[in-house]
Amino acid sequence: MKAEDRLEERNPIEDLLRMDRIPHIWCPGCGIGTVVTSFAEALKKTQIDLDKVAVVSGIGCTGRVAGYIKLDSFHTTHGRAVPFATGLKLANPELKVIVFSGDGDLAGIGGNHLIHAARRNMDLVVICVNNFNYAMTGGQVAATTPIEANASTAPYGNFEYPFNLPFLMDAAGATYVARWTALHLRRVTMSIMDALQRPGFSFIEVITPCVTLYARRNRLGDGLNLLRYYYDNSEIQHGADTRNLDISYQGKLIVGKFVEKEKPTFLDAMNQHLSRVLGDDYQLYGRINYDRD
Amino acid sequence: MKKVKADPKGVLTGVHYLDGDFAIAEGALAAGCRFFGGYPITPSTETAERFSARIPKVGGVFIQMEDELGSIAALIGAVWGGVKAMTVTSGPGFSLMQENIGLACMMETPLVIANVQRGGPSTGLPTLAGQQDIMQARWGSHGDYEVIALAPDSPQECFDLTIEAFNLAEIYRVPTFIMTDECVGHMHEKVVIPPAEEIEVVERKWYAGPKEEYLPYKLDKDGIPFMIKAGDGYRFHTTGLTHDERGYPVINAECQDWCVRHLCDKIRKNADKIIRLEEDEIDTAEVVVLSYGITSRVATRAVQKARQEGIKVGTLRLITVWPFPEKRIRELASLVGSFVVPEINYGQIVYEVERCAAGQAKVIHVPHCGGWVHNPDDIYNAIKEAVK
Ligand SMILES: Cc1ncc(C[n+]2csc(CCOP(=O)(O)OP(=O)(O)O)c2C)c(N)n1
Ligand code: SF4
Ligand SMILES: [Mg+2]
Repeated sequence: MKAEDRLEERNPIEDLLRMDRIPHIWCPGCGIGTVVTSFAEALKKTQIDLDKVAVVSGIGCTGRVAGYIKLDSFHTTHGRAVPFATGLKLANPELKVIVFSGDGDLAGIGGNHLIHAARRNMDLVVICVNNFNYAMTGGQVAATTPIEANASTAPYGNFEYPFNLPFLMDAAGATYVARWTALHLRRVTMSIMDALQRPGFSFIEVITPCVTLYARRNRLGDGLNLLRYYYDNSEIQHGADTRNLDISYQGKLIVGKFVEKEKPTFLDAMNQHLSRVLGDDYQLYGRINYDRD
Repeated sequence: MKKVKADPKGVLTGVHYLDGDFAIAEGALAAGCRFFGGYPITPSTETAERFSARIPKVGGVFIQMEDELGSIAALIGAVWGGVKAMTVTSGPGFSLMQENIGLACMMETPLVIANVQRGGPSTGLPTLAGQQDIMQARWGSHGDYEVIALAPDSPQECFDLTIEAFNLAEIYRVPTFIMTDECVGHMHEKVVIPPAEEIEVVERKWYAGPKEEYLPYKLDKDGIPFMIKAGDGYRFHTTGLTHDERGYPVINAECQDWCVRHLCDKIRKNADKIIRLEEDEIDTAEVVVLSYGITSRVATRAVQKARQEGIKVGTLRLITVWPFPEKRIRELASLVGSFVVPEINYGQIVYEVERCAAGQAKVIHVPHCGGWVHNPDDIYNAIKEAVK
């Protein structure tokens, strides 16, 4: 019997998934699927027009999200989801474009694009699944791996300083920055709802268990043990100074909504600026959110 | 294929004095390009500058991206958002774009990249001409694929061929390159821009059938799938992975065979329709000078001199560099004694000529490592050697 025929086992977000591609490739206990569930719930609760939502992923375990979400969805190249999404959004401004990808994809190989999209306040929602490693390729050390944590290419433990992603995004100009763990699913949903309903660059980091690689290599137990770690060590501090959000190995996890501010998006700034300078010669572009002065 | 007249908003009808770089920007606007993502690099920057000045008055977007990796990714995104898009670059930037050129091929994304070539490798000669990226245009990204590349030899042709590049990109859903060089890019000449109603523009091959039946990579009768854009309610998927008609990844050799053959064959099987050559005095020729871009203008001098001496020289200019005119070269190889192939590199297109000549005609290469055009005498001497 096919999954879609088993009525009693129907998943409430099934209409947002490509059921013809299920079963998915993620390991049992992996946290990526739970973030997808939060995302789907946020889409439902905001009642956003789903035909106008597009999902762009890079490459990685998380990068596979685009392939499972039943919306216009793009599985691009490693690191380039953000600029791809930038082009998509600018070409078709009525779209709400969500970038759903991994820490390595977004902040490692794609780091330059990430900070520039934040700087421009590009109207994008970036959901970053941070599992502290390059999972898809076998658990290599990443720009987010805590010091001392073991990885397949840091077999004696990591000694490189990791990124504090909310601080990076705040400094680069993101107008919405939040961090949660895969334990805070309701909060993740709420943050994604916030982001879907506001213009501008929103960045949501979700610390997520990679049971097969990061957890096993570091002998941290299974998915449940990791959620237990999140439960015991996370502390909600909305509005916390983003400079103080470093993550140490198995240390405290400060979570919350750290930044929420208003600033014209790239397109609004473009339209405002060029119509001021060029007057009637300027051809207004896309949906206009403000009065022309 | 649906042809329409150019949108007059983008067409700067009249007689102008433009350099090749500017002419590329005007060609793009005339062809309906409304998105430009780029990163500055000599000797191509003037195209970006021109586009950034013109697009606010035409209606569209110019964005200077953080690097060329971002430029090409933004282009692919923009095309799937529904617009026509282009970028311009030179060697180092072209190298950075290669991975996502493969993505554009895999997703069958029509877009245009102009490469105003300079001398390489590496930073090489930023301000001086080269034709050293010709093989990179063909083979630069990993895997098997086919592209289209055109080589203008004047600012007028920069304008004309940019429109053609957009049209070919749309017909075959393939990245199309304008492989010009610093000389043509910075050369000022008369450029005639016709009225909009005289410019034919190919529309995207939009799908119009029932929504439920749409499959992103189902081949139409002409072998090219229909296209849609994000936001129209199809809820489709596309990926850089090997995929089936649905656009879903399928990781096995059978699907790879279907996918890759299609990407290559849609160009190979239509090569006759795509290829444009300019031939002169070929029928009686004992030696043919085969060249492209700026080098064909330099070769003219050498050919004239040789003809004055009674040598029967024909010329063949590649307007389309890729796909390569294999059939024509094979045919000529059995009719003429030799080919003389000058190009501003240390041997690229000459390998294609040798491959197609297959020993039936002599092939003499006239290399130039870049930095300037050939001395016509070097080409002339090669012609003399050919008929010796
Ligand atoms: C240009 C390029 N380099 C390397 C790879 C190999 N690669 C695939 S996924 C990946 C890491 C992904 O890590 P992350 O973004 O954190 O995603 P995760 O798998 O952890 O969810 C790498 C290095 C690639 N696909 N492309
Ligand atoms: S390897 Fe890690 S991140 Fe990837 S699916 Fe398995 S648990 Fe999830
Ligand atoms: Mg990761």
